[in-house]
Order: sequence, then C-alpha cells, then structure tokens
Amino acid sequence: MTRIDDAFTDVRAARAAGRAPSRGVLAPFVVAGRPSLAALPDMLVAMERAGAGIVEIGIPFSDPIADGPVIAGAMHKALLDGVTPHTALEAIGAARDRVKMGLVAMVSVSIVQRLGAAAFCRECAAAGLDGVIFPDAPLEEAPRFTEPAREAGLDAVLLVAPSSPPERAAEIASMCSGFVYMLARAGLTGEREGAPDAAALRERVHAARAASGLPVACGFGISRPEHVRAILRQADADAAIVGSALVRRIEDGIGRGEDGAHAASAFVAELAAGLD
Amino acid sequence: MPNPTATTLPDARGRFGAYGGAFVPETLVGALRELAQAYDDARRDPAFQRELDRTLADFVGRPTPLCFAPRLTELAASRSKTGGAAQIWLKREDLCHTGAHKINNTMGQALLAKRMGRTRIIAETGAGQHGVASATAASRMGLSCDVYMGSEDARRQRLNVVRMRLMGARVIEVDSGSRTLKDATNEAMRDWMGSSDTTLYIIGSVVGPHPFPMIVRDFQSVIGREAREQCLREWNALPDCVVACVGGGSNAAGIFHPFAQDEGVALVGVEAGGRSTNAGDHAAPLAFGSPGVLHGSMSYVLQDEHGQTADVHSCSAGLDYPGVGPEHAYWKDAGRVRYTHVGDDAALDAFVAMSETEGIIPALETSHALAHAIDLAATMQPDQRVLVNLSGRGDKDVDEAARLLEARQKPAQ
Repeated sequence: MTRIDDAFTDVRAARAAGRAPSRGVLAPFVVAGRPSLAALPDMLVAMERAGAGIVEIGIPFSDPIADGPVIAGAMHKALLDGVTPHTALEAIGAARDRVKMGLVAMVSVSIVQRLGAAAFCRECAAAGLDGVIFPDAPLEEAPRFTEPAREAGLDAVLLVAPSSPPERAAEIASMCSGFVYMLARAGLTGEREGAPDAAALRERVHAARAASGLPVACGFGISRPEHVRAILRQADADAAIVGSALVRRIEDGIGRGEDGAHAASAFVAELAAGLD
Repeated sequence: MPNPTATTLPDARGRFGAYGGAFVPETLVGALRELAQAYDDARRDPAFQRELDRTLADFVGRPTPLCFAPRLTELAASRSKTGGAAQIWLKREDLCHTGAHKINNTMGQALLAKRMGRTRIIAETGAGQHGVASATAASRMGLSCDVYMGSEDARRQRLNVVRMRLMGARVIEVDSGSRTLKDATNEAMRDWMGSSDTTLYIIGSVVGPHPFPMIVRDFQSVIGREAREQCLREWNALPDCVVACVGGGSNAAGIFHPFAQDEGVALVGVEAGGRSTNAGDHAAPLAFGSPGVLHGSMSYVLQDEHGQTADVHSCSAGLDYPGVGPEHAYWKDAGRVRYTHVGDDAALDAFVAMSETEGIIPALETSHALAHAIDLAATMQPDQRVLVNLSGRGDKDVDEAARLLEARQKPAQ
C-alpha cells in the first residue's frame, strides 16, 4: 500500500461496499518555497493535523501557463528566492518523515524534460514523494513521463478536462496511477465566486473512476468548504483539491510576516469542515 | 537522418521529426484539435483559398516586389577580397499593409476564425507588429480583438500600442515575469484556455503547440511561393542563397519552406546574437540552446539547467524570444538550413547601411538578416544571387535606433 492508497482506504472500502464514502479526502496544493523551503516541513505538519490527506507541492516554473495569477505569482517569487527543483526536492525530503500523508509533486514537463524524466523521477522517489502530477502532459505525450515515474515507484497523475471527450477521458484516466485529477472547470487555476457545476461533474467522475479503478480528485476553482462538500457529495468525487485559494492565504500571511504554517493550517481546517 | 525535403511534415501528431507536438494542459487539447480540423477543411476549400488570395491582393498588397539592391551589393563588393560580390535581392515584405510580413498570417487566421464562428481574436505581441496586424485583421473582419503585450514592450513600442488602440483593439499590458513577449504569450494562452468557445488565439509565429507552427508556416509560405516564381521569371534561375532573420521564425519559415526541396538553394537563418554569447545576452536558441519544451512544443530553447526559461536580450523586440519554431529545429538537425547569429552592433550597422544605400529603413529584426547577407555576398561571385527576406520596415524602430546610435557616439564612461 502506498501512502496515496492509504489516504483513500476508507473511501475505497465504502465504494467496495456500494456506499458513498462518509468522508472524502482533502488535497491542498502549495508552492514549494513559499514562504521558504525551510518553512515547508512545519507547514506540512500543520496541514496534516488540520485535515489534509494528500498534499500537492508545486515545483516553481517560470512559465506556468495553466496557472492563474495567484499561483503563477507565488512561483515567480519562489524563483526569485532561488528555489530550484533540486532544492525543492531536498526540502520535501527533509519533511518526509514528519508526516504520514501522501505527498505528490506537480511539475511542468518543461522542467521534467530538461532534467531528464528518469533522473527527475528517481530524485522525486528518493525525496520520499509518492507521486508526480504532470499538468501539461496530454495523453499523446504522456508515456514519456508516466513510465519513468512508475519505474521509479511513483504514482503518475494526469489531468482530465471538462472538454475531454468521453473516450479520451477514459483513456487518460486509465493511464493514471494513484488517483485521477479531474478538472472541475475549464480554464485556469483560481478562485471563483460560484460553486462548480457539481451535478454536471458527477457523470464524468463516475466514468473516470470506472475507467481507471482509481479514486478521482477534483480541482480548479474550489475555494470554500461548501465547494469541497459539493465536489464530494454532489459530484461524488473522492478528493477535493484546493490550490489558489490556499496559496493566496499563504501569500497574504507572508505579507503579514507570518511563516505560512498558520495561514495554511487555519484554512485547511476551515475547508476540512466541508469533508463531513 | 530524416528527409529534410519532406513536404508532408508535420505528421499527424504535429511532429517535425523529434520536434513540435503539443505539450499543453488537457484543457487546450480540444481547442487545438478543433482548430486543426477547421484548418484542414479550410485549406481544401477553394472558396476559402479564393477569399484569402483576394484579401492578400486587395488589402495586404500582394504580391510584394522582388527588388534588386544595387548599392547594397556595391557595399558588399567593396568589402570583398576580390572586389566582387553576389547580387543582393530583396523580397519586399516591408511593403505589406502595416509594414511587415505578420499580416499574411493574421488575415489567414482571422478568416479561419470567422469560418469557425468565432467573434473574438486574441494575440500576443512583442515589438507590436503582430499585434498591429491582428488588430488590423480584426477591424477589417468585424471581430473583437485583445492583444497581450508585456508592459516593458508596451513602453518601448508606444507607437504600435497607439496604432492597435486606434483600430479598436484592447491592449492588455502584462506585468508578470520579464514583462516581454514570452510573458505575453503565457497570458494569451491562459486567456484561450477559458475562452476558446468564442475566441481564436492567433499566434504570431511558427511556435506553440500543433497545429500553430504548421498553420502560421502555411500562411507565411506565400512569401516563398511568390519569391520563387519571381526569381524564375526575372532570372530564369533560383537564388543561390536565401537569408532571413529568425526570432520565433515565421518570416524565415515562410520564405524557406517553398525552397526546401530545391537542393541548390542554400538557406540561412540569422538569430539575434545580442550583446555577447553569454547566457542572457542573446536570443539565439538554435545557436546556444538545446532541445526542450516551451509554450507547448519541443524545440531548441534557452533554459537554465533547471528547466526555467532563460533571460534573453536583443536590440530588436521582435527577436527577443527564448524559443524558436520546431520546424527550424528540424531543419537545423537535418542540415537543410544553416543557422547563424548576428549581434546588436552588426545589426545596427546594417540598419544604417540599408537606409543610406537603398533608401529603405529596415526593421531592426530584418537588419540582422541584412548584416549577414552583406558578409555572405562578399564571399560569393558576382553571377550569384542572395535573396533576403526584407521582413519589415523600420519606422517602429527609429527612436530606439537613434538612441542606440547616440549611445555609440558617446565615449565609454
């Protein structure tokens, strides 16, 4: 059992018994190096205590085209501080033994390609990561990234979009391991006023779960406890991913001179209310 | 080695050999496929081709002339060891409406946008020429138009910002990253991810994910097709060498592609050598970069060892880009095109020389090609011919050139 499988133990048991899970998984996203790499271990510990089941750690990239201004801005600041993929993975390695939850990196294929997919994935595994999300690797280009990840013993996660036709969505889902990342909306990462259209998502979530046999995590535009609840209850997803809304709170905290752990754990705790 | 003269590229996956493809978030895949399908239908449709041809003739001013440059040729000869030089000929894309080749592509893509039922186009721009050409196409065809432009570029190219706004486009200044072309491209892609139902992204060069490099090359290939016919008509021969500047590489791809199967025609692409060969001082990925992924395609790219996009520099905003079209990467590896680079100073010299000898103020981008063409012609025979793609006029650059020339006259501090 991997740590990612562990996160979904209850979910799987409920699904196997034909029940809806009583409690889904919360998967917050943070940018490595914000506020600092040294702060990452404490932040992860605080988020785990506050109810995170899996944490996604974004490796800063200079040109993250799928990210909205909040995450792109945080990545830019991390890069100005000199954060590199190697130092980010070192920091993750330093944090690994302090938390039990699953840790996955989210990284642009521009970086993976430059470092070499096999070498990068081995480095991720050595740092104690459990998986890698490749947000800009479409189906056609995916094997050159997913196969080295699996060879390194990592789960490899790809994204399914609302615009992915059903057959293609099933094919993407079946190439994933660990979980499937389903975009709750078109467009970019970022907070939105309204809740995602959970009812419309439900059918796609079911299809992805059926195609892959994996849990399905939904992200993009999820920023409130009631969004988390809608994703888990109405859309029947297994996990809710929260990125920009959390990153914004961490950035706001940094603006007040905080270390990030407090802002992160407070907001994760708030979101976790949506799990029940 | 792949066949460098293949005309069937890219393949179905958008690959030019090992290069190209579509490394994009899944959110964009549907829009790219729809575009590829619509383009495939359009290019087989004689009515679309007729409308495009008519637009290029009546509105853009095509065909552009093929023009001998006698005094520039004399200048080259004066620098030659033998006292003779190859004749320098110009393909006058500077005479296109709006002053550069960019409009060949924007009119084509805007027609495509209308055919696809889109009501809005978006574009990225560096020097502003592609932005102006997009605004022009949108105005002509009744589409709304938003142009993303780095705030640093908007400051440097204020005139083009005014031109775009006059034609009804909204210019959105981008404050992220380096505030130049690459950041404007990021923002345009982000916009399109959420807007592709109503909007077509008109990319300005032969870069980005498939099918953009193919579509832009095809629309720009009118340059090379015309030039090839004009050469045969005028000389009953093909040029010995074709020279073009390469930023993203659209004017070069446009003139090279129709000559790619003519084995006797040497093709030379000229990148921006900037201030020096040190990282960050130039914008020459084919010379100094290595294969990697930027803006959705695999090509030569300037990245640091960690995969972050490197800083670039050129005196010419239109060449100031860390990537290059995937077909150029393919041509480089296949040996079909020779790529070289020319620095800021040499480009500025050529800018002055061209203005003084031929009465044509060239764009600073184009001046890189001219600088190399003069040197090259000086090594060739008088019965040979060098064809330069005069990709744009330099009105937009006169302030910047004046500033650079003035700085040059001051003694170093």
